[in-house]
Amino acid sequence: MHISSLDAYRPRTSLIHGLDARVKLVLAVLFIVATALTPEGAWPAYVLLAALALGVAVASQLGVGFVYRRSALALPFALAAVTVVFSTPGRPLLSTQVLGMKLALTGAGLVRFASIVLKSWLSMQMAVVLTGSTPFPALLQAMRSLHVPKILVAVARFTYRYLFVIGDEALRLMRARAARSGASEGRSGGSIFWRARVTGRLVGSLFLRSLERSERIYDAMVARGYDGEVRSLRSPALHSRDLLVACPFVLALAAIQLLARIRW
Amino acid sequence: MLASGILTSPAPMHIPDGFLSLAVSLLCWVLAAVGVGLALWRSGKALGERQVPLMGVLAAFIFAAQMLNFTVAGGTSGHLLGGALAAILVGPWAGILTVTTVVAIQALLFQDGGLLVMGANILNMGVIATLVGYGVYRGVMALARGQRWGMFAGGFVAAWASVVMASVATAVQLIFSGTSPAAVALPAMAGVHVLIGIGEGLITVGALAFVAVVRRDLVEPARAPAGGWRWAAVGLVLALAVSLLAPLASTHPDGLERVAEDLGFMGAAQDAPYQVIPDYVFPGISNQVLATIVAGLVGTLLVAGIAFAVARLRRRAVQGSVISD
Amino acid sequence: MTMDSSSEPLAPCIEIHNLSYAYPDGRPALRDVNLNVQPGEKVALVGPNGAGKSTLLLHLNGILRGQGTVRVMGQEVAEPYLSRIRAQVGLIFQDPDDQLFSPTVFEDVAFGPLYAGLAEDEIQRRVAWALDQVGLEGYAERISHHLSVGEKKRASIASVLSMQPAILALDEPTAGLDPRTCRRLVRLLQELPQAMVAATHDLRLVTQVFPRTVVLDEGRVVADGPTADLLADERLMEAHGLK
Repeated sequence: MHISSLDAYRPRTSLIHGLDARVKLVLAVLFIVATALTPEGAWPAYVLLAALALGVAVASQLGVGFVYRRSALALPFALAAVTVVFSTPGRPLLSTQVLGMKLALTGAGLVRFASIVLKSWLSMQMAVVLTGSTPFPALLQAMRSLHVPKILVAVARFTYRYLFVIGDEALRLMRARAARSGASEGRSGGSIFWRARVTGRLVGSLFLRSLERSERIYDAMVARGYDGEVRSLRSPALHSRDLLVACPFVLALAAIQLLARIRW
Repeated sequence: MLASGILTSPAPMHIPDGFLSLAVSLLCWVLAAVGVGLALWRSGKALGERQVPLMGVLAAFIFAAQMLNFTVAGGTSGHLLGGALAAILVGPWAGILTVTTVVAIQALLFQDGGLLVMGANILNMGVIATLVGYGVYRGVMALARGQRWGMFAGGFVAAWASVVMASVATAVQLIFSGTSPAAVALPAMAGVHVLIGIGEGLITVGALAFVAVVRRDLVEPARAPAGGWRWAAVGLVLALAVSLLAPLASTHPDGLERVAEDLGFMGAAQDAPYQVIPDYVFPGISNQVLATIVAGLVGTLLVAGIAFAVARLRRRAVQGSVISD
Repeated sequence: MTMDSSSEPLAPCIEIHNLSYAYPDGRPALRDVNLNVQPGEKVALVGPNGAGKSTLLLHLNGILRGQGTVRVMGQEVAEPYLSRIRAQVGLIFQDPDDQLFSPTVFEDVAFGPLYAGLAEDEIQRRVAWALDQVGLEGYAERISHHLSVGEKKRASIASVLSMQPAILALDEPTAGLDPRTCRRLVRLLQELPQAMVAATHDLRLVTQVFPRTVVLDEGRVVADGPTADLLADERLMEAHGLK
């Protein structure tokens, strides 16, 4: 059952954990939009955003190390952006010749690259706190309240529920296959094709099992009165505490945006 | 071996937040919404009452199938996209919804892909990959006129094309956002995915072959009604549209940047049209370095205050012997 | 051969008359099955694999429909009455992962009442009551895939109890359970007042909970009578793969 440890939620009794999921989702998205809007090189703004994100992480009692580590997971993607330090026009700081091409490292390029990395890291911190402090079913319910199409949310609920079930089935299939393989260590050469075909068969087998399971699930739903309509209970009303936290947060974001655009 | 390494290397297609400009993100959301909306409408008609549990479990299957790929490659993160396979097995509309759900849950649950840029990820992997894959499959099937090779060749090429097209679309979005220059993004993305697509194609064919033996009725060409050529055309047009955007972006980089600057979304612009207080200067602070330091102090105070409050609350909770979860 | 147990004046809650059913590929699954169950009566359905036990259960709420008549609570199991019948027959599937299809226990137990159109406060009450009945108080917000097998079995029973059905139909209730969990489940089943029909291989379960046993083999009812008598009949047990 180790796959279930991939569930991001960590139960705590923190202020953030106690907030309504809808509010948290909206605030997280607003934060990410705010970072996206923040101009390149507006360092004071980035510092304040980082402080805001850190404050939220601390308040969530998830552990700053936890949040920072998980949010750094996407940073390897930054490699996709690293060449921007050479391609952005501006005053060159460093020039080199590589393979007959003249590459100029520009200050503007460094600024742009740093801004991209910062935006990404800060956004992810907020996303980590959101998922760490909100049970996934509550998050889905929040999306439904925010008018994400009912059917998509319903499908997502099933996906979450059966993710781990089918993942375990996949592991079992793998183990059964491995137990019968008796292969020696390190098959080499054209084995990539062989491996892909074997995987393909496992995938096909898993697909059929999943299909049959979905039919049994449908029967179970029908047995309890399912009629094709997606229904769920109404969400409870917001607490005043939710608004008490949301308002200063939004104001802070707005203030940072203004600050970022001040000419120094 | 190098080939196996490339085939199973992580497919960098889940764009994190911060790598796309706001304009590109929003545009992709709009396009994705159109595609998903269309799929919602059409899949309801095709699948009826069963659609929710079927697509939900199928999405879970794709997740698990991606994990399968994972483990087979000995721990490196392989990546079966699954868009083409899903479309071939359950039709294009259910396929779109299924992969969309997978992408959304990857972002929400595992932070694999950002929240604001989810529209782009859904567009690339959920809509473009699925439609291109399905179009290619139906096209090859029509060419094969019911012969068995059609299913295998079609499945392979469809899966390969879906991965490549999704990667090209990703590259285009990165280029338009100014995150990556065209000269790097396109060859890197497309190049890597041309190879990764081979793995996707092989696994797709393997799965189709298995299903065809055990449940022939699920992949029977007769199941899909006439219109193969129309679908092939859809796939082709979509692939062309995406591919043409790429050279467009690379041949007019300056023009694009100027447009972006005018819209104020490229950070280099200091004269954003929506700047509210154009000539305001923060009283008493005359340069940016100082402003940064002040911001740092303010931020530190804020964080310290929160940490203090949290610590106080915790102590009170422990003293009151509240049983916490 | 078939003992008619409806000698009481009460109307049977399940009346199956000459039921036959064949799978889509033509194989016969049930042949001319006759079965009556009284309110509150507990009947075990035993037989070798492939005898048609699960198939018979699926006829009780109309998921499968064959030739012959099936009446539940006096209503024929047919189109306009199906939703009412499904509220009266709580079908508990063999694999609790098929039955618990919602992310949280609460949502699963609330599903039946929700689709029956009940008011929200009534739904809340039913969920709390059903969880209480199966000994899962406080489990409402738990995530379904985190539960143990025993807890899942009980949760799936709760998900059906919340509809307050008159009849419980169970498919292999003790399959895959360790002895302790088995005992807890047996105690639960002994306490529940509903009429029960359970398809099972577990003869200990049968002796502990079900006073009446019906033996099914190759789709036919081959024996129907008091559990003690049937289980003591060695030849019968061996002939139908039960011992």
